[in-house]
Amino acid sequence: MKRCLLIFLSLFVAVCIPARAETDAEVQARKGTLDLAGAFSNDGFKIRDGHWCGAVKPHDHALIAVNLYAGNQYWFSVGANEPAKKIAVSVYDETGKQVTTEDYNAGEKAAAGFAPANSGQYFVSIDLVEGQAGSFCLVYSYK
Amino acid sequence: MIRLARLGAIGLIASVLAAIGAEPARLPADQLAKAVRSDSISIPTPGELFAALEKPGKTDWSGQYRGPIPVTYRNRAQIALNLGGLIADGFVAVEAKDSQQVKNIGSDIIKLAKALGVSQNLLSRGNSINEFAENNEWDTLQEELEATQNEVKSSMQSHSDQDLVILVSLGGWIRGTQVVSGAIMHNYDERSAKVLRQPALVKFMQSKINEISPELRGEPLVKGVSEQLPGIEKLVSFPADKAPSLDEVRKVNEAVGKVMEEIENKAVAK
Repeated sequence: MKRCLLIFLSLFVAVCIPARAETDAEVQARKGTLDLAGAFSNDGFKIRDGHWCGAVKPHDHALIAVNLYAGNQYWFSVGANEPAKKIAVSVYDETGKQVTTEDYNAGEKAAAGFAPANSGQYFVSIDLVEGQAGSFCLVYSYK
Repeated sequence: MIRLARLGAIGLIASVLAAIGAEPARLPADQLAKAVRSDSISIPTPGELFAALEKPGKTDWSGQYRGPIPVTYRNRAQIALNLGGLIADGFVAVEAKDSQQVKNIGSDIIKLAKALGVSQNLLSRGNSINEFAENNEWDTLQEELEATQNEVKSSMQSHSDQDLVILVSLGGWIRGTQVVSGAIMHNYDERSAKVLRQPALVKFMQSKINEISPELRGEPLVKGVSEQLPGIEKLVSFPADKAPSLDEVRKVNEAVGKVMEEIENKAVAK
């Protein structure tokens, strides 16, 4: 009986919640992020039609894997919401070593740009530098 | 003398600290393993791959066209895989700045998407693709193709067809890699060849396929494609600082070409 209930619940979750809905705070964070990424479009960067939203907490980071191509240049733009006050973006290669990036920091908006020497997997980390846990959104641009 | 020794010691300590400070930060392997991996960010679009190839020299994009594919498939997995491949073809036509080819492919994309029963909004995407192609708006066309691919995927998710999403991405990556490896073979250049290195990406797509329903995973076409991914992963696992040789590029091209042939022509029951 218990097993049937578990199966039923799993099916219910699978059918009814195909993808996590974004919160209002995340939508707001995405708006800020797109404003920032738009600035790089003036330099010929194309904004990838995709985003990643989540929550960033003090003394913790949010980390996502990306697959990049040598020959392209990239900017990773992030916007966060109050009570997060200051965030930072950093990039690591597939061995976990931090790569040198050109940085832009403006309180709850930050970006990191670089041109990978090698194609492959990289990791983008979003760190809360000041303030309390809040929502963030990341988009990236390339040229 | 003692004072000099103290100063020397302080200097040494400062140098060591400076050297430690200069070391770039590192993330441990367990944290890297826990990183989020998502279809919308972790899998690059064909447009990104083609943009990287464009850098070292002129690419003969129209030389990478293929003949029209059937748009009468009845198997949903086969439609999803071919839809991804067609979207990659759309990016090729945009790179070639060939408006007629863009319009032909745009029309085929809409036909296949309709066969899957995805959103009616796609019809307006089709009209936009035609309009942008007629006006030679190549940057906008590229954005429109990315948006079309995302709309297909989100429509699949809202129709409880989320298992098909990874097949669209996979079809796009396989066709994109076939195009790029073909172009590199025709005009070999070490810098261009470096774009083919993507072992983690293939591994991620394989892991996503392992998460889809057992019924879909057991379908002959999906099973066949999935079984070939570990071999392709090995072929694109070059050392980070070494470009693949012409022969290695040829092997990648043959492997993805074989999978693409299966995706396009395998007779699969509904």
